Amino acid sequence: MSAALLEVRDLGISFGGVRAVDGISFDLHRGELLALIGPNGAGKSTTFNMVGGQLRASGGSVRMAEHDLIGMKPRAIWRLGVGRTFQIAATFASFTVAENVQMAVLSHHRQVFALWRPAADRFRAQALALLEQVGMRAQADRPCSELAYGDIKRVELAMALANDPRLLLMDEPTAGMAPRERNELMALTKRLVVERGMAVLFTEHSMDVVFAHADRVIVLARGKLIAEGTPEAIRNHPKVQEVYFGSGTTFEHLPQPAFAGRMSA
Amino acid sequence: MDLYALLAQLLNGLAEASALFLVAAGLSLIFGVSRIVNFAHGSFFMLGMYVAHSLIERLGGGSWRVMGFWGALLLAALVVGLLGALVEMLLLRRIYKAPELFQLLATFALVLVFNDAALWIWGPEDLLGRRAPGLAGAVQLFGRAYPSYNLVLIVVGPAILGLLWVLLTRTRWGVMVRAATHDREMLGALGVNQAWLFTGVFALGCMLAGLGGALQLPREPASLGRDLTTIGDAFVIVVVGGMGSIPGAYLAALLIAEVKSICIGLGTVQLASITISFSKLTLVVEFLIMAVVLVVRPWGLLGRPQATNRHAAPVEAPLRRGSGRYAVAITVSLLAMAALPLLNQSLPYAAVLGQDVLVAILFVVSLHFMMGPGGMHSFGHAAYYGLGAYGAAILVKAAGLPMPLATLAAPLLAGLGAMLFGWFCVRLSGVYLAMLTLAFSQIVWSVVFQWDAVTGGSNGMIGIWPDEWLSGTRYYYLTLVIVALSAYVLRRFLFAPFGYALRAGRDSPLRADAIGIDVKRVQWLAFVIAGVFGGLAGTIYVFSKGSVSPDVISVGKSVDGLVMVLLGGIQALTGPIIGAAVFGVLQDSVMRATDYWRALFGGIILFLVLAFPQGLAGISLQIRSWWQHPRMAMTAERQEKLT
Repeated sequence: MSAALLEVRDLGISFGGVRAVDGISFDLHRGELLALIGPNGAGKSTTFNMVGGQLRASGGSVRMAEHDLIGMKPRAIWRLGVGRTFQIAATFASFTVAENVQMAVLSHHRQVFALWRPAADRFRAQALALLEQVGMRAQADRPCSELAYGDIKRVELAMALANDPRLLLMDEPTAGMAPRERNELMALTKRLVVERGMAVLFTEHSMDVVFAHADRVIVLARGKLIAEGTPEAIRNHPKVQEVYFGSGTTFEHLPQPAFAGRMSA
Repeated sequence: MDLYALLAQLLNGLAEASALFLVAAGLSLIFGVSRIVNFAHGSFFMLGMYVAHSLIERLGGGSWRVMGFWGALLLAALVVGLLGALVEMLLLRRIYKAPELFQLLATFALVLVFNDAALWIWGPEDLLGRRAPGLAGAVQLFGRAYPSYNLVLIVVGPAILGLLWVLLTRTRWGVMVRAATHDREMLGALGVNQAWLFTGVFALGCMLAGLGGALQLPREPASLGRDLTTIGDAFVIVVVGGMGSIPGAYLAALLIAEVKSICIGLGTVQLASITISFSKLTLVVEFLIMAVVLVVRPWGLLGRPQATNRHAAPVEAPLRRGSGRYAVAITVSLLAMAALPLLNQSLPYAAVLGQDVLVAILFVVSLHFMMGPGGMHSFGHAAYYGLGAYGAAILVKAAGLPMPLATLAAPLLAGLGAMLFGWFCVRLSGVYLAMLTLAFSQIVWSVVFQWDAVTGGSNGMIGIWPDEWLSGTRYYYLTLVIVALSAYVLRRFLFAPFGYALRAGRDSPLRADAIGIDVKRVQWLAFVIAGVFGGLAGTIYVFSKGSVSPDVISVGKSVDGLVMVLLGGIQALTGPIIGAAVFGVLQDSVMRATDYWRALFGGIILFLVLAFPQGLAGISLQIRSWWQHPRMAMTAERQEKLT
């Protein structure tokens, strides 16, 4: 296998006394769709924010193409070819759908400080092509604030694709979508991965989506990486089953309630 | 200065701190719970002084004078608190869900109304209060006479702090107030009747302000100007201490009062052949402290980052290019403005008013540029207007620059000022950013006010006229061309990628950063652009009047700009133009119609705020939406009533 696009080593962060992510390591290769799963509070979004630059890790390294991403600003990481979506979709509410994507393309072409020719005339074709890919072409001129949440997620994806990323970080890309939409969106993502040779790291709560589309899965629980492997291997992994379903032993060794004793007496 | 003199000054500072604390504590308390920045808080302080004066005159005589005096002070505080409760129930309850700035506009209208009410009831003369019985004299401290009444004040501040602490931590009501400060929606979801809680907090806050005013009466006369000077100080203290933090307010009041006292005590000092006048520094020292604190600790000394406000403004509609009708409207307005000087025979005043309105339009369009699309609410835009005005005056008078060259150079000077101040300001956001802009404008004001040799100090500068070939009507047309071009240029900026990036940074800094936009730098450039055009407005102003005084940099000037932006509607690009025009004409006609123009003006603002929360430019949008979706609008309204 070729050298990894993204190398995460001993990545960790603490909030106060809580070790939210505790020294995790994994690789991500070109053309790979890697799922990061784990129960609520496992540290998935925190990991995303450390890779994306929104949070500064307190230890470890995140290497991508000769760069250490730790300490870099999100905008600098984006310039290296990393697109991302957020757990709670973040778009520009006062823009139309097309303008949202145009803004990302404009920034990619370093035209943020252009002061004269109207923005609406610039890169509209590119923006529409991106919207076409995510199935939002027909709604291009609607205000973004009017969209359903699932559609906002798609616009966000189109924005994340605007700089032709080598790596795409998707934090719960299908939250708020109907099952069928979820499947379609991840099928689209898979196609992009294959066509563009892009690497994708995504989190997801729907196991159907994960097992149907991911090439590989890593499992996080309480800040630690507890398993890694193909979807099939993860499905049958005893430790994963334990964190997801519990071992059923949490209350087994507690002392008997006091009233039970009195009842028998 | 010897040690004893220093100690006496420090004691003075303690007394001063108590007075400042009472006002600031109320302001902080109200903000913490209701998220309303109560601009009228200084007015409640002023009313406290006046009411106390009237009550002491009635109760403070005769054999019961000691009881009467102190009773009157407490009663005055109660009366002001009651007034606060009324204001809360009649006005504020209707606008809790309005955007933050609208609440500010409404409370500013109250300032105007209360000021004229005081003028009507107590007249324009300053009213000297009686000394406190038994405390009129002085005690000997460190071999100096020290006013014994100050000793009372020194005790009152910490005593009130202690009482508030007990109230907030040891009573059920206090627990609810603190819970509301933390998350008022959650408290509402738990079934607490917020309406009465808010009324109670507002009344308590106003009562504290009233008490502060009443206690101040034996030390200084009640005067009509006391409302705005008080609110300035109170804002600074609350921001330095941290919005919503009562102990922070005391700490900040102490810090500022003591530093001020030390400055007074030091007087003029010779330091290695440089003369530093510390007493002159007192005018700005609080703003310097605030600037330093905000840069080091952006949430104030004891403050915390604010919880997100769930009643944000409604989402702005996407920018649309002007339609054919829009172009027609602009052309007609420009032609009408161009025709004004032709009415010289019948309406000689029209062109003068037109000139003022044009200058106001440029000032407000530049302010709107950073406030609306930029989301940076400036309370100190007058600084750049003033830098432009004084810059032009000094360049022409002192440097002997020809007038056209000065007209070009002065706005750039204002831009340099904006570059320096903006670098600090864009690091903050929301109310804190607003207060820092206010601080910088006060610093500019005070430098201009005190630098007699160059700026003429409080007298200002005179005899700054345009060149001969530009005088009279020609200057009016030059102004019209410059203002129209500037408005066009700023509009182009907003439709260009830069304007989009600016709005992007306002809508979602998180997303903007994640697509490669350096939000702070974009905001900084917007700040500078707004400064340059604000400066241009000041430059045009100074040549139209021929003179300039420190008033052009006053807080009042900045607030006028804010009112005009909000009046026009912050979300519409034509808003500032409509707002400036309506404000200019309204102020002018109302001012000439009655002596109580402030109250009338305040009443009009209140009416507009309650009737058109989208601003004047939003009226057409509102009507259009009713027209297009009459049923949708009705259901939406019904739903709003239900919630």
